[in-house]
Amino acid sequence: MPRIAIILGCIALAVLPLLGASGYQLFQLTLVVTYAVAILGLNLVTGYNGQVSLGHGAFYAVGAYTTAILMDKFAVPYWATLPVAAVICAVFGFLIGLPALRLGGLYLALTTFALSVAVPQLLKYKLFDDYTGGVQGIVIDKPDAPFGLALNSDQWVYLFTLAVGIVCFVLIANLVKGRIGRAMIAIRDQPLAAEAMGIDIAMLKTYTFAVSAMITGIAGSLGAVAVQFVAPDAFGAPLSLTFFVGFVVGGGASIVGPIFGAIFVEFIPNIADQISKAAPGAVYGVLLIALMFVAPGGCASIVRKLAARMPWNRKTT
Amino acid sequence: MQRRTLLTAAAALTAPAIFRPAKAETLVGVTKTEIKIGHTVPYSGPASAYGAIGKGHVAFWNMINAQGGVNGRKVNFITLDDGYVPSKTVEQTRRMVEQDEVACIFNSLGTPAISAIQKYLHSKKVPCLFVATGADKWGDYEHFPWMMGWAPSYQTEAQVYAKHIAMTKPDAKVAVLYQNDDFGKDYPIGLKAVWGDKYSKFVVKELTYEVTDATIDSQASSLRDSGADTLISVCTPKFAAQMIRKVADLNWKPLHYLSNVSASAGSVINPAGAEKALGIITSSYGKDPTDPMWADDPGMNQWRAFMKAHLPDADLADSGYVFSYGVCLTLLQVLKQCGDNLSRENIMRQAANLKDVIIPTLIPGIILNTSPTNYHPMRQMHLTRWTGKSFTLFGDIIDTSH
Repeated sequence: MPRIAIILGCIALAVLPLLGASGYQLFQLTLVVTYAVAILGLNLVTGYNGQVSLGHGAFYAVGAYTTAILMDKFAVPYWATLPVAAVICAVFGFLIGLPALRLGGLYLALTTFALSVAVPQLLKYKLFDDYTGGVQGIVIDKPDAPFGLALNSDQWVYLFTLAVGIVCFVLIANLVKGRIGRAMIAIRDQPLAAEAMGIDIAMLKTYTFAVSAMITGIAGSLGAVAVQFVAPDAFGAPLSLTFFVGFVVGGGASIVGPIFGAIFVEFIPNIADQISKAAPGAVYGVLLIALMFVAPGGCASIVRKLAARMPWNRKTT
Repeated sequence: MQRRTLLTAAAALTAPAIFRPAKAETLVGVTKTEIKIGHTVPYSGPASAYGAIGKGHVAFWNMINAQGGVNGRKVNFITLDDGYVPSKTVEQTRRMVEQDEVACIFNSLGTPAISAIQKYLHSKKVPCLFVATGADKWGDYEHFPWMMGWAPSYQTEAQVYAKHIAMTKPDAKVAVLYQNDDFGKDYPIGLKAVWGDKYSKFVVKELTYEVTDATIDSQASSLRDSGADTLISVCTPKFAAQMIRKVADLNWKPLHYLSNVSASAGSVINPAGAEKALGIITSSYGKDPTDPMWADDPGMNQWRAFMKAHLPDADLADSGYVFSYGVCLTLLQVLKQCGDNLSRENIMRQAANLKDVIIPTLIPGIILNTSPTNYHPMRQMHLTRWTGKSFTLFGDIIDTSH
């Protein structure tokens, strides 16, 4: 029971900024939610299923471009682009997953990394130029609040992103708690035993990859709506690494982890920039290392330890 | 009661009217003692070499503030890292506009970054002055009257070559190779602007290449077979080096014009072979800090004195600092012209009202002019030629403004 109270409390806390935050702060929070969803997708495949992916920026890019192209060339409303982006990314993830997941461990990491390096160049390719806008990218319009709601567009985009984000988190939380989730974890921890239990490893891995790509693709779609702009150079390898950093910082195989990871990747570079203009990268690195010392299992491990000390959890331990 | 509140409010509103501009102009980021200006540049990430420009800017405005500021106001210069990621540029720009409330955005860098903030700044009516990219679209005064470029655009550069060919080689048979993207496509537009109907008379062959291509050997061969005696290569450094080498290997000796993004001894000419590049023509607008020609130049000495006093540890060979100094001087001129009216409208009005501004770090003869229907401050360039060890200026300034 207190668990549900905590979750509802967190949601209330997340809605709170609508009352007081400035447009710029809401924009930042929208990006936090977007990154959290993207990292959630990565966490599913890497954290729960043990497949290291360094290429999730590619799925984010596909999601973002799907939304931008549908809005720009086909005048589809932003909300209707989300399911399309989800389906396209799931299919894309499935197709990539089929051959890639035959490769284990580090080889999969490299394959997916190659994907993240290739995507910006493919987006610039002249065959798709008419749709993707080439290097210039696509500028899209910011949605206004519907039904005459008394919200400005920043508030509405935040609320919309938050709602989609919550749905994604609830879906994935349910998925990993159930039979399929246990199978994913079994494949990560004991592939032989999992196979002996009758789990079709290759198939489940591929499905996991597809769902993971879908979630990250939805994040890309949300990100495009928030930023109102997509361009190939925004989706290079650094983006994939950013997600990976967020994943590790947040903590693997955790539902709340991606939220902390997203807060880290969104705000720490700004703090690093404030501390030193000469070497923000070095400051970022030091902060990252410091965090890894303080919380070796990621932020989620601290949350778990704190939760274990709560009075309603004590009797069970 | 309500009436009294209204009256008080009205009185409070009219009291500072002296400091407010006439009509309904927006005064943001300006107090009696300060003006806030915002700037983004990649201090981190793959393009962090451009961070030098940001450091130059900070040093410049510190110098101005130490001298008492502009018209009695100190410049509060806010510069933030965008890591060359457009979504980050949007975030940082929004922060400066909405939270820091800057009067204007200055010298944002990179075509994708500026594309990402263009609509936003336009809708907020925030001046975005002297952006750091060569794309021609930043001079679109009709659709985006709050945005202005600074350096000559790629189209201007193409016009310079077109004018030079028309003047010196009116019966030239021209082959054109350009990168098939927005950078490359600006050049044929520039050539057509000068040659008009004669474009098809001049150009005997026009080919493109993709950034993803491995080599441009086949393009080079078919351009040679077209019988052209003049070649315009609109290439980024890797392809420029390939082109120079291939042209020499084919034993083809055209008059070779090369886009100025590739006018680099270190990354293009030397890898291709310094002797193979002999006679290559390109264009330039700023003084090269490493060129011995400017060793005793008063303008460059002014810059060197600034660097010595305010950035003593910086690399004097980094042209980013020269660029920074020049573009900051241009903004300084705009702020001076604004006088005491620093409304966003007036900042933009004065930016579009530069008259014969001379910047000491630009090649003599390059003079900045803008008007409400001309948002390209620099419309002249000077040709330079590779003479075996360095690029050397030759001929006169070529002006494309009329």
